[in-house]
Amino acid sequence: MLAAHEIALARLRKDVAALEPGACRRGGASFRLGLPTLDAALGGGLARGVLHEVYARGQQDVAAAAGFGLGVALRAADGRALVWARQDLLDIEAGALYGDGLAAFGADPKRLLVVRARDPTGVLRAAAEAARCAAVGAAVIEIWGEPKTLDLNSSRRLTLAAGASGVTVVMIRLGAKPAPSAATSRWGVAAAASAPLEANAPGRPAFEAALLRHRAGVGPRTWRLEWDRDRASFESAPLSRFVVSVPAGGPAVADDGAPWRRAG
Amino acid sequence: MTARHGGAPAEPLVLVHSVKGALRLAAASREASALGLTFGLTLADARARIPGLVAADHDPAADDALLARMAETCDRWTPLVALDPPHGLILDITGCAHLFGGEADLRRRIAGLFRRNGLATRAAIAGTPDAARALARYGRVPIAPPGGEAEAVRPLTVAALGLAEDVRRALSLAGLTRIADLADRPSRPLAARFGEDLPTRLRRTLGEEDRRITPLRPRPACRVQQMFAEPIAHNDAIEATIRDLLGKAMELLEAAGQGGRAFEASFFRTDGAVRRVDVATGRPTRDVAAVLRLLRARIEALADPLDPGFGFDLIRLAVPVAEPLAQLQPQFDGETREDEAVSDLVDRLVARFGASRVLRFSAADSHDPTRASRLVPATSLVAATSASPPPEEPGEPPLRPLRMFDPPQPIETLAETPDGPPLRFRWRRVLHSVARAEGPERIAPEWWREPDAPTRDYYRVEDAEGRRFWVFRAGLYERETDRPRWYLHGLFA
Repeated sequence: MLAAHEIALARLRKDVAALEPGACRRGGASFRLGLPTLDAALGGGLARGVLHEVYARGQQDVAAAAGFGLGVALRAADGRALVWARQDLLDIEAGALYGDGLAAFGADPKRLLVVRARDPTGVLRAAAEAARCAAVGAAVIEIWGEPKTLDLNSSRRLTLAAGASGVTVVMIRLGAKPAPSAATSRWGVAAAASAPLEANAPGRPAFEAALLRHRAGVGPRTWRLEWDRDRASFESAPLSRFVVSVPAGGPAVADDGAPWRRAG
Repeated sequence: MTARHGGAPAEPLVLVHSVKGALRLAAASREASALGLTFGLTLADARARIPGLVAADHDPAADDALLARMAETCDRWTPLVALDPPHGLILDITGCAHLFGGEADLRRRIAGLFRRNGLATRAAIAGTPDAARALARYGRVPIAPPGGEAEAVRPLTVAALGLAEDVRRALSLAGLTRIADLADRPSRPLAARFGEDLPTRLRRTLGEEDRRITPLRPRPACRVQQMFAEPIAHNDAIEATIRDLLGKAMELLEAAGQGGRAFEASFFRTDGAVRRVDVATGRPTRDVAAVLRLLRARIEALADPLDPGFGFDLIRLAVPVAEPLAQLQPQFDGETREDEAVSDLVDRLVARFGASRVLRFSAADSHDPTRASRLVPATSLVAATSASPPPEEPGEPPLRPLRMFDPPQPIETLAETPDGPPLRFRWRRVLHSVARAEGPERIAPEWWREPDAPTRDYYRVEDAEGRRFWVFRAGLYERETDRPRWYLHGLFA
């Protein structure tokens, strides 16, 4: 009897697994983010052909979230076309997309298609249309706030569209609290101090990325990451360089009177 | 044709407009005309003659709109419809009349459709547009037989030539009142006395010289249509018709070695209203299913749905723009196929959201950051030919922000020196203390565009929390301004 139960249970597990979104996806099952320790912790990278969510942790972290989301999308797209669907409202709230800046980040503006929609419903529709097109490398959705149309159903619909075509969908949420959805992974991203260059110049893009949820059961963890444009890959942000605000003028002095050494 | 009040009361009606401070008649209804009221009479005089006169304001814009709608309606009989302002339409029915049972039948049909919609029209058919116009306005001959124009227009008054007011007065002073009076005279003395315009118009009205008309809509590359004896209103039937028409159009295009870049479906309602739905594709195509999908998406996205009313009695599909399309051989690397798929996606998105909302970046040769890169419609030619921005130095951090604000956002700053980077700044009520800064990168304005714009000193700054900003100081300290203003222009990742 016990054996029969186990067989039934195993069959049920298999059926449930087959029902999971992304089960019928084509091509490689996952893509690497580029940092070996991060990929290992995620079990070989992030899944392709599913929905990943990136939340900006604070109102001021919109650019960091967009940068991290774009990095993930670029890794997933692997040189293929990128579709970026966004709301009109975002131009005022979080700034418009800037071609030269995208190029400086490592995204080829010529391979990028931008769809502007008036409302979140339009954004989701455009993204679903893009997610159905297998020639697209990745679709990026950027949505401000917590619109009613963005519920469990709509994210499930996106996941299904992505699963059928193998297009990875990255949803960047700005000004919103993490909410339940059909996303495979959910990240909370904040800006992090960069490793300074000569003369205390700001360095490469740096993020503090917290994995809030992962479908495969990877526990919550936080990484400090840097984006390496030349290799189009995430790197570990060097922690050895101490981060402190240094006045632009003379030498900074710590509380105990000992002078700080300038990093860089 | 200004009888806009269909089924109007039997009282005489006039439309008035203001000329040099006096209200004068702009148009008179049939009843009013019968009482001797004519164009140009003052309203006061007219009221004195006819006490029960109904007067309304003349609205030329509404007249023009009505005429344009009527022109659309006439599109069902011939593709060459031209406006003859202020009150006329000219239809070139060469080669069309036999489709509607001959010229007399066609004329009856046109008048009948407008009459059912409460419009009184006058129509005439002749060999040249000017002869037809003269006959319609002043004549009694509905159809001038081929070569019989001269005979038909000879008895008409010279007003039928459509001459300027002063020429007409001069003719009447000379005692020339009928076209026949002019037709037999040599044209040279006429031209010398009344201007070059007169003999030309005379020749055209007499049918001796033809004139080109400028149709409202250019002739499409390919056009197919389906007429219905019984009007159709059901969605499935409409879609099946469009599919059939698309199939026929594609065959025609294939025979010509062409593919369509734009498609237009026109729906003619039984009451004369016409609705058009058009889609454009990024490259020439002969794919029936793809175009049908685009049309369907476009119809779904219409703000006011396609209302069949009592049904459509004619559905037409035109291909206004066609380009050569050879059979494509897929490349081995599959890249062509991928580009094609993305271009199909662009078409689908454009059909749903409109061309102005599906965009690509276009790089411009400018050092002004706001002009260097801008978004242009993905279907435009600029998007296809644009160059990539120059690659960045390896190892450098991004020197241009991922996000830009347009216009730049003003910030309050505290700087140690007037020409140094800011120490602290406040943006959207949050105070940021600057931990790292690089700059200035001085960007001079394009003086040939904005002569008075100040020079900008850009700084890349990072605050204590690690957020990176692109800020600038507008104006060189002491040289351009004493109190330079600061702006936040972009956000780095």
